[in-house]
Amino acid sequence: MKTFYGIDLPNPLMLGTAQYPSPAILEQAVRESGAGVATVSLRREGAGGTGQAFWQIVQDLGVLILPNTAGCHTVKEAVTTAHMAREVFDTKWIKLELIGHTDSLQPDVFQLVEAARVLTEDGFQVFPYTTEDLIVAERLLMAGCEILMPWGAPIGSGRGLNNEYALRAMRAEYPDVPLVIDAGIGLPSHAAHAMELGYDAVLLNTAVARAGDPVVMARAMMGAIQAGRLAHEADPIAARDMAEASTPVIGKAFLS
Amino acid sequence: MKIVLNGEAREVAASTLSDLLAECGFSGRVATAVNEDFISAVLRDHQVLQDGDRIEVVAPMQGG
Repeated sequence: MKTFYGIDLPNPLMLGTAQYPSPAILEQAVRESGAGVATVSLRREGAGGTGQAFWQIVQDLGVLILPNTAGCHTVKEAVTTAHMAREVFDTKWIKLELIGHTDSLQPDVFQLVEAARVLTEDGFQVFPYTTEDLIVAERLLMAGCEILMPWGAPIGSGRGLNNEYALRAMRAEYPDVPLVIDAGIGLPSHAAHAMELGYDAVLLNTAVARAGDPVVMARAMMGAIQAGRLAHEADPIAARDMAEASTPVIGKAFLS
Repeated sequence: MKIVLNGEAREVAASTLSDLLAECGFSGRVATAVNEDFISAVLRDHQVLQDGDRIEVVAPMQGG
């Protein structure tokens, strides 16, 4: 089992904390999913200390915290946000998001690599939200990242794995690097698919939070992730174009 | 002194960032930036505010 900057995850689900119908449902979804990591963010503190109430909820969950730099568009903005997150959440972990395109929320991989280098040199442990591009992946590793988090599909799209070929290639290229599918998951089958490919974890939010019943969907996601991991470990058969009889032909009675 | 706090123009009496947080009722887990530069908690006492400073005070929030 691979570790995440030296940490063993209790299970391979990282669950976002945004968009739930209520704080109570968020808490229940995280608990019932058994997620090992919860992602969080920083935003302007409101009147009455709304952020402090959320911080209490997060602490009570008892899971590992992965703060993000969601919404950042420049290296400077992302690096400053990471410093703020390290102080507030008391962790070196940072989910580095550098958005390059407003509609697709595709990462700006050029700035991503630069920000990863700056943050790694400053002692951060970077979880980079990236594309499936292998050259970018190599640059991120050279910048000091020990984990890669390629997108399955655009954030919140629920499309699953848009480019299975490239994700499979990334897994083959980096057998020893922890790989996480981050974003695009819509259904438990998508999450299972990622794990069947040999990915080490899945990070998702919208698919659970915006489901009609987030708590039940959270359980479904965890079940699928565990099934996918077992399937990968069991070494599945290769797909074929033609049928191959499973029942032996030899010994069949002659009855025609 | 006139400053911009979390995007809103404010008139404040505080002379340092620490004083500003107290004056505006911030407490608990917050992080701060002045004119887009991170100011760690240990430096807030020494961060003297200037007229027109842009100050950000952020706190934990839901995220994906």
